[in-house]
Formats: sequence, structure tokens, C-alpha cells
Amino acid sequence: MARTIRALIAKPGLDGHDRGAKVIARALRDAGMEVIYTGIRQTPEQIVSAAIQEGVDIIGLSILSGAHNRLFPKIVQLLREKGAGDILVFGGGIIPVDDIPGLKEAGIKEIFLPGSSTEDIIRYIREIVPA
Amino acid sequence: MPNLTPEELGRWQETTLKKSVSKSPARQPYFETTSHIELKDIFTPMDAGDDGYMPDIGLPGEFPFTRGVQPTMYRGRFWTMRQYAGFATAEETNQRYRYLLQQGQTGLSVAFDLPTQIGYDSDHPLSDGEVGKVGVAIDSLKDMEILFDSIPLDKVSTSMTINSTAAILLAMYIAVAEKQGVKSDMLQGTIQNDVLKEYSARGTYIFPPQESMRIVTDIFAYCKDFVPKWNSISVSGYHMREAGSTAVQEVAFTLADGIAYLEAAIKKGLDVDSIASRISFFFCSHNNFLEEVAKFRAARRIWAKIMKERFHAKKDSSYMLRFHTQTAGCTLTAQQPENNVVRVALQALAAVLGGTQSLHTNSRDEAYALPNQDSVTIALRTQQIIAYESGVTDLTDPLGGSYAVEALTNEIEKKAEEYINKIDEMGGAIKAIAAGYIQKEIADSAYQYQKDIESNKQIIVGINRFQSADVPLKDVLRIKPEVEDYQKQKLARVKADRNDARVMETLVALKKAAQGTDNLMPSILDAVKAYATLGEISDALREVFGEYTQQ
Repeated sequence: MARTIRALIAKPGLDGHDRGAKVIARALRDAGMEVIYTGIRQTPEQIVSAAIQEGVDIIGLSILSGAHNRLFPKIVQLLREKGAGDILVFGGGIIPVDDIPGLKEAGIKEIFLPGSSTEDIIRYIREIVPA
Repeated sequence: MPNLTPEELGRWQETTLKKSVSKSPARQPYFETTSHIELKDIFTPMDAGDDGYMPDIGLPGEFPFTRGVQPTMYRGRFWTMRQYAGFATAEETNQRYRYLLQQGQTGLSVAFDLPTQIGYDSDHPLSDGEVGKVGVAIDSLKDMEILFDSIPLDKVSTSMTINSTAAILLAMYIAVAEKQGVKSDMLQGTIQNDVLKEYSARGTYIFPPQESMRIVTDIFAYCKDFVPKWNSISVSGYHMREAGSTAVQEVAFTLADGIAYLEAAIKKGLDVDSIASRISFFFCSHNNFLEEVAKFRAARRIWAKIMKERFHAKKDSSYMLRFHTQTAGCTLTAQQPENNVVRVALQALAAVLGGTQSLHTNSRDEAYALPNQDSVTIALRTQQIIAYESGVTDLTDPLGGSYAVEALTNEIEKKAEEYINKIDEMGGAIKAIAAGYIQKEIADSAYQYQKDIESNKQIIVGINRFQSADVPLKDVLRIKPEVEDYQKQKLARVKADRNDARVMETLVALKKAAQGTDNLMPSILDAVKAYATLGEISDALREVFGEYTQQ
């Protein structure tokens, strides 16, 4: 049997819209993953240290305030600085399509826009996280 | 034809209906609203409790106000068309406001960025990346002066979506008005000032609940005496609905919060009738058209009864639930975004048929970013088409008496009251929030809704059916990263130009007031006028009150 995937669902920035993050966290849990949800208003430093401490395979970032271009890359960069560049990062939220290439270039593996199904996200995580 | 009897209805079900269903079954085995209210095969006077004229609905402008708070509703005047707007700097937002007013918008609605909402200046480390993003950045009175430049504050009414820092922004608004020569007793508008739903759904809390409630009620008391035309709170269900609640939960949790505010005000020594008419509400208008219409009507009736029976209010105006509506942001799709125009139109129509006092219509591009000017214009035009072309505004409560709508209104009332009773048993909304009950109920509904979409129980056009290749939206509004630097420089100039000793003096006085029981508003107003920044004032209060962290 495959080992259990560990995921951190995090809300960087100041926005309190946690519906998506909570739904994803619960769906991943229902799909058998171990999920840690950080709660809202987390700094990149807090998210990275939680991810390392919890030994997660993957981080899902949710942001709806428009601060993604600043905060998503910062989290990937901090992970690399702390020698945790192997932790995968994906994101979602209110994000203009034009921003996606830049975010991927900065090391965000995938961006899920509103309307994405939790099944797709679960499938994606299972594909991308090394067994 | 004689009056419909249960026997006659039974005959129809066993014969005509059964025959039809056996040939072509219904699309679903069971129909229900988003709040799990059963939708029967047919609604009849029996479901609506029709005993001649339904005694529970009353007449427009009279208790229990099911049919509207005014006797004439939109035959008198239309609702206030109020588009929530604000982005980047005060300079840019001022331009947007002047544009909207030229386009026939009748009230302003200010969106603040998150640092402003959470009490951080633009140069605070936590403001990194957030300055000017979801609304306009306000650091000091200087920004507020720019925001309302050339907008006469004695003529417009302004709604401000501001909660934890509401006292500061209200003080700034009063100070700007003073500079325009407008006295505070002439000011019209609303501050959201509903901190309870920040803990349960929206997230821009700063202080612990007890201290927050003190600020809220200080504002009530101050407005009663000095800003009497101002709505000192907008008790909001919108954000709980956006977080995933059902229609019934939205009504129940909002009114439970309303009860908590009134109880706090009474405890402070305020008279119910002196503040009740300055309490306004804010609801969401979602997809399920008839349920939404019924929801607004039910909310009005429940509140009227609460005010009369629980709080023993005497004045008619105390019974009236007046509300703002915004169409449901969470229903906007990133896929086939032009379809959002249609969704918004239906939701807006439901709000109007539900008797809203003011309305914000969302823009088609908001699943991607803040709306651009073209999108906002279509959204405003949507309201104008409903007002001027649809004809629904020529009648008061035109759906009143519809068997289905009356039955749904009754059912929502019943189910919402069950929730309110349960919250009462828990010791009220503050306790229910502290116990995580309201948050859990909302999260459960949100998860169920998502599962319903993924199992195709709930169809969303363009998402789980009728998909087509996406044509990307053009001209999505972008907030330039330079905004943050510009705002920081402006803040530095304000700090360089002001009298620091005077600022310190006002902040010390504010802290002293916070430690005691004096109303905080006069000290905040002094600090604002001395150009103390929003962050400095918030920090002074943080020192005394402490900060809340999510459980």
C-alpha cells in the first residue's frame, strides 16, 4: 500500500476567505491524506516553518486578495533557502490567468482557479507526489 | 370552482400527476432548495397557510413588514444603487467614484484594502503585497481627504465596509466632512461595524470579542448623539453565505448576531428605540431565485417579531429590517465569464422582489480580479434595467400571495427560528461563535455544496455541464506593484509634516480612555485630526485590548 500523503493547506496574506481552503483540506482528508490546515493570516515564514516541522510532501496555498504574485514565490524561495525545496507547492484562488505563467516560473507547480473540482486536485496531488 | 380541499389535492396527485410521472418521470426524485426545504409538486393555499388573506404577512409598511418596510416601496423611489468600489490609492478610487456618480449611481460604497481593515499601515511588514489590492489603502486622514475630494458629503450617502477599524474610519469621515464645512449630524451612510461575523466568517478581526463589542457599542452611542442619520452597524449575513452557509443559516446567524448587538447596547444603558432604527442589515442574493425572495421576506418578519416580542421596542421604525444586498460573489464562474452577467441579473431581480433598500451587483470578471470599469458599468446598468424597464418596480411585493413564495417564507422563518432558539440555548451568538458552532455549520454546508456540484446533483452551467472552450477575459484590472511604494512615500510625508508631540498626546489620551470606560470615539477623532495613522491608533488599542487569534 502506498504511504500516506501529508499536505499542508495554508492561507498566506491577510484575506479571511477560507471557504476554499477548508473545503480542500476536508476533501483531501476524506481522500485519505493527512492534512494540516494553518488557519488564516499566515506569513510565508510561518507557512514554511510549519511545512518543515510537519514534514509535509506538498503545500496548497489559497489566496483571494491578489497578493499571490508577492507571496507565493516568496514561500517557494524560503523553502529552497531552508533546504526544503523538495516540498511541492500548488495554489488556488482569485488569480488572473495572465499571472499563472509567472507563478509557475517561480516554482509553483499548478494553479487551480474557481470551479476546480476537489477530485481533480486529489488526482493531481497523487500524480505529482513521489510514491 | 369550490375551495381546494386536501381530498381534492389528493385526487389530483393520485390521478393526473401520477399518470404524468409514470410516463415521464421528474428530472430528480426529490426537489429542494439550498436550505433543504422540500419543494412539493405544487404549492397551494394550504401550504401558504392561506386563510383568506394570509394573516401573517400583513401589509407593506406595517408590522410584521413581510411585504416591505415602506407602503409604496419602489413606486416611491428606487433602491439605492450602490456599487462597492475601491482599489489601489485614494487618488485612483476618487476617480472611480466620480465616474460612478456621473453614471447615475446614487450612493458610494467604499472597499478598503486588508491592511486598512486589520489596522496596519502600508509600511507594516504584514502589509507586504496587500496594499491597495482588495480596496483602497487608507493610512491617515490625508488619504481620506483625497478619497472624497470634490464629492460633497452632505449630498451623497456613503457605505463603508469596515469593521475592526470602523471607529477610526468613521472618525476620518467626520473629520473630512468638517473640512468641507459639513456637520456630522448631516452625514448619511453606513459603517459595517459588524465584528461578530468577522470571527465566524470574514476574518478581519483584531481585538478579542469582548473588547470589540465595547468599540461597537461606543460607536452606537456616539452616532446616536452626533451622527444621528448614520447607520451605525450593518449586521451582515453576506459573508457567512459566501463562506458557504445556506439561506436559512444566513438569516438565522445574522439575526442572532443582531440580537447580540442589541443586548450589548442595552447592557451599556442605551434605549432600544433610540438605536434600533440605526441598525441595518446586509444580505446576499444567491442563485435559487424564489428561495432568495422568500428569505428576504422571512428575515423582515422574524426581525419585526424579535424587536417587538423580545426587546419590547415601541416605535414602528424599530421593527423594520432595512437591508443592503449584494449578489453572490461565490456564484461567479471563471469559466465562460460572460454568463455571470445573467446570474447577476437574476440575483439582483430576486433582491428587488425581496424588497432591498440598496443593492450592489457584482461584475462578470470577479472570479479573476477586481472588476474593470466596463464590467462595473454593465453591473450598474443591470440594476438600471431592472429599475426602469422590467416593470417589477411598479408593484409592491409583487410575489406576495404566491403560494410557493409564502410557503417558502413560512418555512425559512420556521427553520431560522429553530437555529436562533438553539443559539439562545448556547447563551447567544458570542458564545456560539466562541464554541465554533456557527463556523462548523457554515463549513459543513460549504462542503456539502461542493460535493453536490461534484456529484452533479447541483448543475453549474459551464462548470459541470455545458462546458466550452474558454475565451479568456480581456483587460482584467491589475493593481500596479508601484502602489505600495507610492503609498509608503505618502505616509512618510504625512509623518514628516505633522506635529508628533500632538500625535503622542492624542494616543496617550486614547489609551487612557481604552483602559477606562469613556466612549472611545472622541479620543479617536482627536488622534485622527492630529494625523495619527490608522496603524498607530490600532496599535494603541492593541496595547490595551490585546489581540484575538483564531481558535
